Amino acid sequence: MISGTEALVEVEEGVKVIPGGNAFITKLGKLVDFGVNWSRLSSIWPMTFGLACCGIEMMAAGSSHYDLDRFGIIFRASPRQSDCLIIAGTVTKKMAPIVRRVYDQMPEPRYVIAMGSCACSGNIYNSYSTVQGVDTFLPVDVYIPGCPPRPEALMQGLIKLQDKIRKEELRWSRFR
Amino acid sequence: MGKIEEYTVKRDADRTDLKLNMGPQHPATHGVLRLELDLDGEIIRKCTPHIGYLHRGTEKLGEDRTYISALPLTDRLDYIASMNNNIGYCVAVEKLFGIEAPERAKYIRTMCAELGRISSHLLWLATHALDIGAMTVFLYAFRERAMIMEMFEKLTGARLTVSYPRIGGVRNDVTQEFIDRAHAFADEFPTHMEEYETLIDQNRIWLKRTKGIGIITADEAINWGLSGPMIRGSGIAYDIRKHEPYDAYKDVEFEVPIGTEGDVYDRYRVRMIELRQSALIIKQCVEKLPRGAILDPNAPKFTLPPKERVMTDMESLIHQFVLITKGPMTAQEGEVYVATELPKGEFGYYFVSDGSGKPYRMRLRAPSFVHASVLPLMCEGGLIADVIANIGTLDIVLGECDR
Repeated sequence: MISGTEALVEVEEGVKVIPGGNAFITKLGKLVDFGVNWSRLSSIWPMTFGLACCGIEMMAAGSSHYDLDRFGIIFRASPRQSDCLIIAGTVTKKMAPIVRRVYDQMPEPRYVIAMGSCACSGNIYNSYSTVQGVDTFLPVDVYIPGCPPRPEALMQGLIKLQDKIRKEELRWSRFR
Repeated sequence: MGKIEEYTVKRDADRTDLKLNMGPQHPATHGVLRLELDLDGEIIRKCTPHIGYLHRGTEKLGEDRTYISALPLTDRLDYIASMNNNIGYCVAVEKLFGIEAPERAKYIRTMCAELGRISSHLLWLATHALDIGAMTVFLYAFRERAMIMEMFEKLTGARLTVSYPRIGGVRNDVTQEFIDRAHAFADEFPTHMEEYETLIDQNRIWLKRTKGIGIITADEAINWGLSGPMIRGSGIAYDIRKHEPYDAYKDVEFEVPIGTEGDVYDRYRVRMIELRQSALIIKQCVEKLPRGAILDPNAPKFTLPPKERVMTDMESLIHQFVLITKGPMTAQEGEVYVATELPKGEFGYYFVSDGSGKPYRMRLRAPSFVHASVLPLMCEGGLIADVIANIGTLDIVLGECDR
């Protein structure tokens, strides 16, 4: 039916799908989509990677008062075990290659949340050493504005990410 | 033609030397500190800290802003205790302009600074204990920290980056509710302290991981320029709140705890006693809080007029325009250095003024920067597992270290 990779269409960077592939397996596909997406969105494991001030609010969100564990969100220290990268803080030009490397080390599917104004756009740090937004070198899924965002804002960002995962189709494909 | 040297590759299993790169992505380095470790087995032969991964150019940005608008930059230096940063900045600029905050503002500032100190020390306790392996302390400490964050939010509108003090006073007066909550918090805080101490004070693992680790003698502490709990842990009672009191510290009574051995455990004890002392200071401030203005009568030159008046009053509009565009024009030529006691240590603001509304040079003396340099002294010759304890005891914040 599908011979080789010519039949694949690249829908976004690194994501290839079979055009009309869903038609064969619509019913089954939807069921599998539902199952896979449900399991992915119920256990987002972000990286423990506090860069600056927002990292403190990220810690606060993960601790006793706000308790992210109830969303199935457990912070992992290794990029190999995590599937969400929360950029919590200012990314400097010295730090950017390392952030990119951490992202590259993560297994797919992987998501990026830009937490705080610094990660979104550079904030007040329009200086010689600061990257003006992480979307200059990373594909960002959710932007959370604020300086720093409240833990509730981070929670909403994660819920938005869950909504995004819920709508995914065929990303579980082996052609991914 | 040189002869190609024959060399034999030693088998990996026989080798004991190893170069280990720790950080900048490491959960125990408190941000983005990078350590280059030369190991011999598990023993550290050489330790080289690399900093600058959070260098945002704060000093340079400060030179481009008026004295008023540089205040939010100081929030994000030591972001765990931003209130203390703000207060230090305001005290320094007040000295430069020759104005002084009224008594009530001084007491409010002192109270807020101590709340910030408790919040910072709690975060230190939480992360330090978490790194060493005591998870429960993290959850307990964040519970109390959330209470302080809520109080700050009620008072200033922000949890972390407060920007609450102003040059010549504070932005808004404290409400009775805030005062009551602060007093209640200071009252019940020692009972929470007992909870933490029950968990780790006599814990055998905690004692093994902290006693006799990272020893700094009193001489070394002075020679390396340490300050704050780092120097007090080595047995030198140096506290800027006592030696050069600013704000209301000359009117409140508190003790300066010192350690004897200068190891990680002593610094832990020093900080724990400081937490109790901070609660006492808050209590005294609440009880002694005088009535009166919260802003110096000269300070309208340095603070923006209320927004409603800008919209209706011509003078206020002009005033705001001048302040935003030129800044306060009364700065004398000269320089000023003011050091304040932050939870981490001595934080100094050094301004060089050329008579304009912007500082010609804004230099920040950050305690974390100085403390990072002492890391090789503490780590070399020790075991690799103790690096974590040593970083934790420094209470390093890379935001102010790299600036």
